[in-house]
Amino acid sequence: MRNGVLLSVRDLHTWFEMRRWGFFHVGYVRAVDGVSFDLRRGECLAIVGESGCGKSTLIRTILALETPTKGEVVFENRLVSGIEPKHIKWYRSQVGYVQQDPFAALPPFMTIRQILDEPLRINGIPSKREREWRIKQALTEMKLTPVEDFLHKFPHMLSGGQQQRVVLARARILNPKLLIADEPVSMLDASVRVEVLQLLRRTQEELNLAAIYVTHDLSTVRHFSERIFVMYGAQVIEQATTNELLENPSHPYTRSLLDAIAEPDAENARQMRVVPAGDPPSLLRPPPGCRFFERCPNAMKGLCENEAPPDFVLSRFHRVKCWLYQDEKVLPVEETEEKEIS
Amino acid sequence: MLANTETNSALLRVEELVLHYRTRAGTVQAVDGVSFSLDKGQTLAILGESGCGKSSLGRGLLRLLPRNVKTYSGSIFIGDLDTMTLGDRRYRRDVRWRRLALVPQAALNTLNPVLKVGYQVAEPLLVHRQVKKKSEALEKVRHLFNLLGLSTDFLNRYAFELSGGMRQRVAIAMALISDPDVVVLDEPTSALDLLTQANIMNVLKRIKKDMGMTFVFITHDVGTASELADVVAVMYAGEMVELAPAENFYTDPLHPYSERLMASVPTLREEKELQFIPGQPPSLINPPGGCRFAARCHKRLSQCTEKEPPMTIVDKGSRVKCWLYQ
Repeated sequence: MRNGVLLSVRDLHTWFEMRRWGFFHVGYVRAVDGVSFDLRRGECLAIVGESGCGKSTLIRTILALETPTKGEVVFENRLVSGIEPKHIKWYRSQVGYVQQDPFAALPPFMTIRQILDEPLRINGIPSKREREWRIKQALTEMKLTPVEDFLHKFPHMLSGGQQQRVVLARARILNPKLLIADEPVSMLDASVRVEVLQLLRRTQEELNLAAIYVTHDLSTVRHFSERIFVMYGAQVIEQATTNELLENPSHPYTRSLLDAIAEPDAENARQMRVVPAGDPPSLLRPPPGCRFFERCPNAMKGLCENEAPPDFVLSRFHRVKCWLYQDEKVLPVEETEEKEIS
Repeated sequence: MLANTETNSALLRVEELVLHYRTRAGTVQAVDGVSFSLDKGQTLAILGESGCGKSSLGRGLLRLLPRNVKTYSGSIFIGDLDTMTLGDRRYRRDVRWRRLALVPQAALNTLNPVLKVGYQVAEPLLVHRQVKKKSEALEKVRHLFNLLGLSTDFLNRYAFELSGGMRQRVAIAMALISDPDVVVLDEPTSALDLLTQANIMNVLKRIKKDMGMTFVFITHDVGTASELADVVAVMYAGEMVELAPAENFYTDPLHPYSERLMASVPTLREEKELQFIPGQPPSLINPPGGCRFAARCHKRLSQCTEKEPPMTIVDKGSRVKCWLYQ
């Protein structure tokens, strides 16, 4: 296929069926509704959105933990979505997953050594010495030193930051090509948050990993990723490079998201913030037009509520689903960014 | 207008508050000698990381204590009333919710699932016999709902029918219903989405401005704290290490811990090198002698590990517990 593309997500839809009393079909919850992108080797992508916007379902589908209703996930030219779990064991070793809550992600009755040893044994590294060496190397990399102090500990004996570093070590121990981190620092305190983020960034850069970083916190994105996707109502409504998005946010939702962030500044106490009222739309019956229509300060009557906006191209990497930019070029649905770039 | 007569004296004054818990492993010194005072209409933001004792302080202010309390001492003045001298019954009748109210942490989950939220908000009025009839109480609730931007249709709904932001507003309404002097907000927005969070902060700002409400705002988020704070207190390992007016704190934090904490907050617009604090906070069971931050401090002096620094008043009304400012 295309050169340099590691992961390719094509028109992905993940819908969950809703039933009443177990058998009456009510409808579908459209958790992911038409997402397409390509991720190259070594590239880092951040997905930002509020809870319930479908970002976790998106990455669970990419991890092949959910089966997509429509569309496909292709990893190194091999289809990974909708395939029986036992046939994609190879895929699991290629993708590292950093969960949100480190304490819930680590088995409580296993020591750190057992936790890190397990993926190595499952993926067939028979030599005990090599496994031991790789465990120690991974722990050293995550600054869990002296290593001997940690090997025999159980997860509950570590602090939150240390637990998250063990999760990171486990995600990285098989030398994956893709790292997926779902809100990796949201459960941690401010003072250790930066440390984990920096370790994550360093791992990604040193191993030239592609990474998907999911978060609701826009202010950490800038320190981690070059590209941002903003999700709202199960769709990617704006995508751009990080600097472009921060300097020139174009979708009204992105703008209000940026306005809502409280930077540490005593001036904040003297002014009110302009925040759109209301809640995100129901994904069971999403509105026919733009999904942000009800809350949008720039909504155009007659247009926005009826017709869903396509992706308008603002610049090479910047596209936005909003009728405000209807004079711009429209990206045809099948064509993707890669063709345009390469 | 009544408040004018006492503008010079603090509304809430806490002196040497101590709250220790008994556990199997030893005594946990969750709050260890915290003092501050707060004027009417002001907001004190209490900043700290998890396990620093900030929630214990909040609950200690309202005497909502768990069973394993070992020491609970110091004084809490509301106006001229020393609440620590009151017995539990009297405290419950005259102070809790009448003068001091709490919006608990994860308020979303503290609503009773089998009561309609309207009744639940009205309950303190009926329990404290502030109004005679239920209809009167509900009238007051309706008024409060309007103020908080809650539709009055919600009066007859149950908690599970409301979204997170709406439930949080109901929890705030519960705290405000009996016109308390001071409201303690324990992480009121930490479980909410960014936009909802900004909405709730707007509501709190409006209450502060229009009603002249006094808040003690407990949070771990330096950015959110700046939305409401007039005074900022930083807690570390059970102690208050810095107490400063917000303008001073956000431009020039004094204590090395506050300094590092501010440096570790990622900002959106400003380009800066992020720093983290190596190590982790000390155990509250056997806190180290001397300064409790000494082991992680980048400006440590020789006496720091030996003698405990006193709270020193520095210029511009800031107070800091650090040997650097002696």
